[in-house]
Amino acid sequence: MKRHWVLAAALIAAAAATGAAHGPAAPSDAAITGSAFPTMLSEYGFFTDGAAQAPAAGVRAYRLNTPLYSDGAEKLRFVYLPAGARAGTEGEGLLDFPVGSALIKTFAFTESGSRRLIETRVLLHRADGWLALPYLWNAEQTDAKLALAGARVAVTTPAGERIDYRVPNKNQCKECHGLNDAVIPIGPKARNLSTAWLNDFARDGHIAAVPVVARTLPVWEERAEAGVEPAARAYLDVNCAHCHQPGAMASNSGLDLRWEQTSAQALGVMKRPVAAGRGAGNLLFDLVPGKPGESIMVHRMASLEGGVAMPELGKGTVDKEGLAVVERWVAAMAPSGAP
Amino acid sequence: MKTTILAAILLAGASSSAIAATRQVDAGPDAQTRLQEALILSQPGDEVVLAAGRFMLDDGLSLDVDGVTLRGAGMDATILDFTGQTGSGEGLLVTSDRVTLRDFAIENPKGDGIKSKGADDIVYQRLRVTWTGGPKETNGAYGLYPVESTGVLIVGSEVSGASDAGIYVGQSKAITVRGNVARHNVAGIEIENSRDAIVESNFVTGNTGGILVFDLPSLPVMGGGNTLVRGNLVAHNTTPNFAPKGNIVAGVPRGTGIMVMANDGVLVEGNILVDNPTAPVMVVAYPMKFDDKTYNPYPRNVVIGENTVDRGGTDPQIDGRNALLAAFGGALPPVMWDGLAQEGTVALRVDPSLGGWSLNLPAQGGGLSGAGAKPGPLSVPAPTTGFALTGVGAPAALEARLVP
Repeated sequence: MKRHWVLAAALIAAAAATGAAHGPAAPSDAAITGSAFPTMLSEYGFFTDGAAQAPAAGVRAYRLNTPLYSDGAEKLRFVYLPAGARAGTEGEGLLDFPVGSALIKTFAFTESGSRRLIETRVLLHRADGWLALPYLWNAEQTDAKLALAGARVAVTTPAGERIDYRVPNKNQCKECHGLNDAVIPIGPKARNLSTAWLNDFARDGHIAAVPVVARTLPVWEERAEAGVEPAARAYLDVNCAHCHQPGAMASNSGLDLRWEQTSAQALGVMKRPVAAGRGAGNLLFDLVPGKPGESIMVHRMASLEGGVAMPELGKGTVDKEGLAVVERWVAAMAPSGAP
Repeated sequence: MKTTILAAILLAGASSSAIAATRQVDAGPDAQTRLQEALILSQPGDEVVLAAGRFMLDDGLSLDVDGVTLRGAGMDATILDFTGQTGSGEGLLVTSDRVTLRDFAIENPKGDGIKSKGADDIVYQRLRVTWTGGPKETNGAYGLYPVESTGVLIVGSEVSGASDAGIYVGQSKAITVRGNVARHNVAGIEIENSRDAIVESNFVTGNTGGILVFDLPSLPVMGGGNTLVRGNLVAHNTTPNFAPKGNIVAGVPRGTGIMVMANDGVLVEGNILVDNPTAPVMVVAYPMKFDDKTYNPYPRNVVIGENTVDRGGTDPQIDGRNALLAAFGGALPPVMWDGLAQEGTVALRVDPSLGGWSLNLPAQGGGLSGAGAKPGPLSVPAPTTGFALTGVGAPAALEARLVP
């Protein structure tokens, strides 16, 4: 009898534990737009099954053509708009999600054949602006807890490297998401989303019309067909330009790596560094056409050392594929007449 | 009576909510998380108080709340130790306005010590940033590093070992750097692409170059100038240059005292310059070629007033050294100019009590080691009487935040 009681208790506990992963069928608008920092990810109700990353009603998955590198983590991206709300469009740039919207991104690594969720970052559009919060998944994978100060988690990357993966703290979110003193989304720009996805989004009434995109960013896996210049420029736009543009964290460098930038000097060609310090690595210019080995940008991308490594955050391993693309781009550049 | 009491309680409640909270953080296990959480959860007006002790940190810290004071128990008592740092480009990053930092130390950050970006009205008081292994190329770049800010006050601090500049103020305005010690850095104190600065009463010693006032091309903020360099002790800046090549300071010759490059309106007076054997004072145009039509590479209206100089360049790290020394009788005069000026402007005025010489370079953009140099005695006008810079220095409200 006693044994049955213990078994029953264990079953109830197990049910409760799994139950935590199953949120309500629809997200909580109050959790998104309120003033509190919800302690558990499940309080938002973004997922019907958190461990499986099964989105609740109104939560829509998306992917980016060229994604930001995060030590090879698998990233699951979702967007939520409140019922009846519609996003604006800003040309081929960021979709303009209304107050009450949320962007949700889960980082996962596959270890020993199974997927392990590490963290979920949420961007909440509240009345006073966007708020970025990081949530750290528990070992049981039942829920994720707010980690304001961030964390370090030992993981094995797809390349087989053992690293202390860094979950950013709340302020570090802003280092990448900050522009002109406000927090903004980075990823969902019309030019970095597939036409098919945008068409679906418009058909479902979430945007009035599909924005016109002059040059879509290439799909990263198809970069070989896209050509070295678009692939490299897309890579820099996605991985570097959130800091390296006017009004952003690295604006004082004078380097502007946005997709739309056309000045070779602003992109770093024969540009001398300003405050690179020892990050310059005994090199004179950010980019030397034809000579990736003499280019500070390549040197810093290839480094893991604090004070040298670029990007400064979100990097525990070198992105070998991204580095290769940038190296090929620099190698193929015609010699510059710049000083 | 009852209403009065109620009113008093309400008033007390109102004022107590206006009184800032104090969050104490102790050293010990989990210091990284506890300290970072305190910085994130602080509210405008709060104080985050660091207890005495050594905080072992493995990542950068950041503060993004306006009006917060972060203070320790003293620059030798509270030590933020970044020897084990694995992430971030600096020890502490501040991105909010009206922040006060005082009475703690940062040791061995992997990149910069304390960086404040777009952080207006910031006070740095009695801070120490030390790379404990002495001057090394592998040390981080800048000790104290405010950039893109209006209102910067750096007082009573000490930086040593920076592989670029100990105190580096960039792309900012309304700046005071006073009473600090900069030792064993490549550049002791550097004011770059900034305006309205006072650099005074600092002890700048054992660096490669002492005090540098620069303007560089192709940056979001240019047009540096209106800067006063006064009453500093600039001594024994004879450490070999250990900056990684590629940085502008990697070109600073060992033994440079005060260097002004491509700035408009700089007054250098009342300094004591001892044992700076390349040049106690150097005034030059930006030496490299550039591609920026908005940039003026020439020094304009630079005034070297009365300064106390032990002697001139006895061991100048420049081309043609031996011939120069022979020609000038064993030591170069204290003020060195490259001879370049923007047409129609006066690049330089020098008090007649100081001797000088010029490289007489033919054109900007050929470097300093220059082909075409025709060294000769300096011939520039004396300062006009009553020359003064106006509107320099940090706002008075920042001075009011200093604690004795």
